[in-house]
Amino acid sequence: MVPLSYYLLLSGILFVCGVLGFLIKRNIITIFMSIELMLNGVNLSFVAFAAHWHALSGQVFVFFVMVVAAAEAAVGLAIIIAVYRTRETLNVDQVNLLKL
Amino acid sequence: MTPNPYLWLVPILPLAGAAINGFFGRRSSKKAISTVALVFCGAAFAMALFLAAGFSSASAPYYLDLAHWIRSGNFQVDFSFYLDQLSLVMLLVVTGVGFLIHIYSVGYMWDDDGYYRFMSYLNLFMFFMLTLVLAKNYLVMFIGWEGVGLASYLLIGFWFTKDSAAAAGKKAFIVNRIGDFGFLIALFLMIKHFGSLDFTRVFAAVQPLSPETAGAGLLTAIGLLLMVGAAGKSAQIPLYVWLPDAMEGPTPVSALIHAATMVTAGVYMVARSSAIFERAPMAMMVVAIIGTLTALFAATIGIAQTDIKKVLAYSTVSQLGYMFMACGVGAFSAGIFHLMTHAFFKGLLFLAAGSVIHGVGGEQDMRKMGGLRVYMPWTFATMGIATLAIAGIPPLAGFWSKDEILWKAFNASWVYWLIGVITAFITSFYMFRLMYMTFGGEYRGGAAQDAHGHDAHGHDDHSHGHGHGEPHESPWVMLGPLVVLAVLSVFGGWVAGYNNHFEQFLAPVFQGASDVAQEASPEAGKSTLEYLLMVVSVGVAGLGWLLAYLLYSRRPELPARIAASLGGLYQAVSNKYYIDELYAVLFVKPLVDGSTTILWHGVDQGIIDATVNDSADAARHVSDRARHMQSGNLRSYAGWIAAGAAVVIAYMVWMGVR
Repeated sequence: MVPLSYYLLLSGILFVCGVLGFLIKRNIITIFMSIELMLNGVNLSFVAFAAHWHALSGQVFVFFVMVVAAAEAAVGLAIIIAVYRTRETLNVDQVNLLKL
Repeated sequence: MTPNPYLWLVPILPLAGAAINGFFGRRSSKKAISTVALVFCGAAFAMALFLAAGFSSASAPYYLDLAHWIRSGNFQVDFSFYLDQLSLVMLLVVTGVGFLIHIYSVGYMWDDDGYYRFMSYLNLFMFFMLTLVLAKNYLVMFIGWEGVGLASYLLIGFWFTKDSAAAAGKKAFIVNRIGDFGFLIALFLMIKHFGSLDFTRVFAAVQPLSPETAGAGLLTAIGLLLMVGAAGKSAQIPLYVWLPDAMEGPTPVSALIHAATMVTAGVYMVARSSAIFERAPMAMMVVAIIGTLTALFAATIGIAQTDIKKVLAYSTVSQLGYMFMACGVGAFSAGIFHLMTHAFFKGLLFLAAGSVIHGVGGEQDMRKMGGLRVYMPWTFATMGIATLAIAGIPPLAGFWSKDEILWKAFNASWVYWLIGVITAFITSFYMFRLMYMTFGGEYRGGAAQDAHGHDAHGHDDHSHGHGHGEPHESPWVMLGPLVVLAVLSVFGGWVAGYNNHFEQFLAPVFQGASDVAQEASPEAGKSTLEYLLMVVSVGVAGLGWLLAYLLYSRRPELPARIAASLGGLYQAVSNKYYIDELYAVLFVKPLVDGSTTILWHGVDQGIIDATVNDSADAARHVSDRARHMQSGNLRSYAGWIAAGAAVVIAYMVWMGVR
């Protein structure tokens, strides 16, 4: 059996990759994918704990997260397409009209 | 002592006048302003006469406790007034001469833009001066003392747009402050050792102390400190320097404040404190020496001045020296007597000088005057009387008082007398010099503009003179006071006359004093010696006149040659012995430099400003750095959140939080 710490380590690596991608990348789609990566890193730790403690609530949480992420992906992608149509760019630094 | 409910009216009336003119004068007509000023000042004079009417040398002093002021344990000071023979003399001089000068000012200042301001200040001065004179304790006296200083400052700097006038006002105020410092410390000593500032209680506490007992050191200290105050206010060495500069003020101010009344406040204060001085022989001697030296010193400077008002200013300093000489040898009543006659003839001299300045269109340099007796006969006549009076020609006022002082001084020491007589000679000389330069010869104004100077020009010459045209006599509103003062200058001395009436009148005030020092005073009629001394002093006065006549009337070219042959000495006298420059180097410059380098650059900029500025700078630098966090860039915020989370997690991991 794979020990819990391995799962948690992988989960942490995935999450950090997501954070770094979110902070460094300029492309909206990449940022969007980084967010998904963070969510899934967390999901991994949830299911790992659930398996370790034999508790179902962690797995239920993961489903909730996946539902919300799916909804978010639908809305987010729609927004990205709308942005691309109006601004013809996906670089977030050029989509800063609302910034003071 | 008799309570008298009217005393407070005397000072308060001019204050009301000052307030009315000060608040509403700007919008009032000049007639209304004059009426207010004259009515309130005249009412004070009338009150003074009313009070004087029921007062004789045998009367007990009047007093009035108007209100409580300070009540602290055993120590108490009230707003209370006091009128005895000494105050009464001062009261009559101040209100009488003051009223005349108010009338004169109406004519003199009529065309000035600040007319209402001037009249208001004059009334304000009267209020403070009367407070000073009528005070029942040293603290109320000090109110008046400071107040007249304020009024003096305001009036010297009346034409404040002129740099020299503003500077002269400041100089007078600051020099007076030095004297006030001594006065204040004397008051503190009195509070500490006598527990009171009330005249009667202080003098009662002083009474048992004799010069031989242990209290003498204290009395000497108080006496010397009071003298410091008096030297500031009454322009004695070493604090006399402000008075000549004070001539920047309008001439009525010079007459009222800087000749007749305010500058004599120091003499009054010393005479008032006679009980203290009599028991401090050292302090008395210092007073006498300062007075004598000032009399001589100022008189010599007066010889070489060419500004008509400056001559009179130095003359005032010199005459004040006489008064202090008298007080210093214990002849307080003689000092007060001279104070009174001096108020008449010096007030008259200044007013006449003002009339001259008015008549020749603002010129003050005597070298550009001359021949004015033809144009201004009334001014000439009155000023001539005043000159005779100040020179000590009998039977005019100045003769009686000056002779009294010289006689008393002779009884103390022949040195005082000798210097006094020399001063009398110089006084006579410079006063007649002033007369000959101003009224004698031919008119030199206007004509002096074309290169020929004053020789060979006739009277019709000044028709093409520039500016004001011919010199003209002043209006009657100005001449009236001159005539009244001239009459007083002639007859004012007769009150003392042969029978020492004046001294007897003041005797109750100086009773305590005369017990100690005056027992040897020769009251038993006039001895041959006194007549001899009288002849000598009249003789030197005549001699001074003669010399002035020879030099300035018969041989007008001679003085310049004498001046040239004297060289450096003449330069020194003409430049007032460089005393101002000396003070500038000794006191002003170190003070200014010290203030600039240590206090300004060092303490103020280096410590106080630096503390504030540096803390502000530090805050700004920190903020400058911190500002970058608030960039508005969403991802940098996210970065901070991530970093913060990392820190928290690291903390939890390493510190083992469960």
